[in-house]
Amino acid sequence: MKITIADVDHVAMLARLRFDEDEKAGMAEQLSRIVEYVEKLNELDTGDVSPMAHAVPLRNVLRDDEVRPSLDPEEALRNAPDREGDFFRVPRILESE
Amino acid sequence: MPERAKVSTAWAAEAAGRPGPAQDGGTGAVACASEFEPVIGLEVHVELSTKSKLFCGCQAAFNAPPNSHTCPVCLGLPGVLPVLNRKAVEFGIKTALALNCEVASFSKFDRKNYFYPDLPKNYQISQYDLPLGTSGYVDVSVDGGMRRVRIKRVHLEEDAGKSVHESGTITGSSFSLEDYNRTGVPLLEIVSEPDLRSPEEAYAYLSMLRSILRYLDVSDCKMEEGSLRCDANISVRPKGSSVLGTPIELKNLNSFRAVEKALAYEFRRQAEILARGERITRETRHWDESRQVTVPMRRKEEADDYRYFPEPDLVPLEIEEAWVNEVRSTLPELPGVRRERFMRDYGLPAYDAAILTESKDLADYFEAAVAAYGGDAKAVSNWVMGELARLMNATGTDIRDVRVAPTALAAMLKMIDDGTISGKIAKTVFEEMFATGKEPRQVVAEKGLVQIVDEGELARIVDEVIAENRDVADEVRAGKDRAITFLVGQVMKKTRGRANPRAVNRLLRERLSSG
Repeated sequence: MKITIADVDHVAMLARLRFDEDEKAGMAEQLSRIVEYVEKLNELDTGDVSPMAHAVPLRNVLRDDEVRPSLDPEEALRNAPDREGDFFRVPRILESE
Repeated sequence: MPERAKVSTAWAAEAAGRPGPAQDGGTGAVACASEFEPVIGLEVHVELSTKSKLFCGCQAAFNAPPNSHTCPVCLGLPGVLPVLNRKAVEFGIKTALALNCEVASFSKFDRKNYFYPDLPKNYQISQYDLPLGTSGYVDVSVDGGMRRVRIKRVHLEEDAGKSVHESGTITGSSFSLEDYNRTGVPLLEIVSEPDLRSPEEAYAYLSMLRSILRYLDVSDCKMEEGSLRCDANISVRPKGSSVLGTPIELKNLNSFRAVEKALAYEFRRQAEILARGERITRETRHWDESRQVTVPMRRKEEADDYRYFPEPDLVPLEIEEAWVNEVRSTLPELPGVRRERFMRDYGLPAYDAAILTESKDLADYFEAAVAAYGGDAKAVSNWVMGELARLMNATGTDIRDVRVAPTALAAMLKMIDDGTISGKIAKTVFEEMFATGKEPRQVVAEKGLVQIVDEGELARIVDEVIAENRDVADEVRAGKDRAITFLVGQVMKKTRGRANPRAVNRLLRERLSSG
C-alpha cells in the first residue's frame, strides 16, 4: 500500500505535527515501506484466528475500589506551562467567530 | 430514497400554497408537524459512585478544591500504568443486567484519540468494539401503554476534566482554566436505539433509566452536578415512513425538561424544513436555554477521526458466568417489576404505583407503612402521595430525611379509623409529626385534638351555633339546604375541627327540621 502526501498531511494534522515538503516526501516514502513490510502478514491465512486484544496473555488485572493519596496541587501543577491559582491555564480553545 | 423524495415534493407543493409556514409563528409548524414523526435516540453518561477513580486511587469527589485529586496516572504523566477498578466493572455489569443486556464474556478497552485541554493524556480510555453490555431494553410506561426502548450498548470509560472559561463562554474566552479532579472518574455510557417517538417519551425513558440506576445504587444521577448527562439524536420523517431521516445531535441538555423542550423545538424546526421540501443538514446543535432554541455548534473543518485502537496498558476482561451470576444475585427488585407488584398486591391504580416506585426509598417507606397499618393500602398511598409529598416539596426534604416514621403514619391512620381524630384534623396532626418527628398520640394529646365523640357535648355546641345564627337557621328551615354548610363550618370552627362533620350535619338537620 502506497502512503501518499495527502495521507501524511492527514496524519500530521491529527497529531498536530508540521512538516515541510521535503520532510513530507520522506515520510510518505518511509511509511510506505513500513506498511509494505507489515503487509507481508497478509500472506498468512488468519481466517481461524480471532483478533488479538493484547500482546500479554493476562486477563482481569483489577484493583479494589480504595482511595489512595493524590498529589498535592502544588506538585501536580509543577510542570504546568501556565497556571492561575490551582488551575492549569490553557490557551483559547476555539477561535472566536 | 425515491419514497422520501416523493413525499418531500408533495409537501413542498402544499407548503407553497400556505403563506410562509416558517414565519407564521408556529401554527404552520403545528399543522405540518402532525404529518411528521420524530425518531429519537438518547446517549446517557452517568458517573459511577465508586470511591476511587476508574484507573487510579484518586478519590472520585465532587466539588473538591481544583486539582486536589490528581496523580501521575490521571494526569497522563509518562511511564505510568492504569489499573482497572473492580467495583466500576461490577457496577457496569449490574447496570447491563438491569437493562436486560447481554454481558460480554470478553471485553476490552480502547484508546479514543483526540486533543482537548480537558483530556491531559490526549486520549480517552473507552470501549469501542467490545462493550460490557449489548442488546438490552427498558420498558417505559408512556401515554396509553408501554414502550420497549432497546438499549444498543453499555460501556465503561473515563470522564474528562472540567474547563472553566475565562469569560463564561468558550468562544468569547482568550484562555480557559482546567481542573483535572474529574479526569478518570468512571463513566458508564448507555446508548439507546432510536426507538423514542416523542419528546415526552424521551422524558419518560430518562426518568425510568434514572430510577433504575438509583435502585441499583450505582450513581446518584444528579443532572445539576453533572453525574448524569444526556445527548440526544433526533431525525424527522413523514409519518408511516420506515426510512430514517438525517440525524441531528443535540448537546447542552442540562435537565430532563431541557431534553424534552430541545427535542420539541428541534422536531418543529426539522418538520418545517421538510415541509418546505428542503433537506436537513447533518450537524451538532446546541440547546440555548435562555433563548429556548437550538443553534448550530461551530464545526471544526475536519471530520472526527479518533483512530481507536486497543489500549495496550490494560489487559482484557474475561467475564465468567460465575461473576455475572454473583452480580445478578445483588440486583434489587427493579422499579418496573415493583410497580406491577404494587398494582397486583396492593390494588393500587397504575398512577399511584408508578409514582411510589419511582424512588426505591419512597417505595420502601410506603411498604413499611402498609405493613404496620394493615388496613387499606390505598389510604397509605393517598397520604404518601398527598400530604407527605406536599410537605416534602414545600420544605425540600428528601424521603430519607423525613422524620415521620412509617410506623407513625400507620398509627395515625389507625387513629382516624377508630374515630379518635377526624380526617381533617389528621392533616394538622401530620404536619406537626412532619415538623417535630413526634408520635401521633403525643401530638393529639398535647394539642387537644381528640375528636369529640360525646354526642351530648356536640349537641350542646350545635345548639349554641343555631342560637348565634338565627337568620341562617331560618334559611335552612325555609328549605335553603345549602345554608347548612355555613352552620357546619361554624361548629367545626368552635370545636377547632374536633367534631365529626357527618355527625354535626346530622344533629343540625334533626334540630332544624323539627324546629
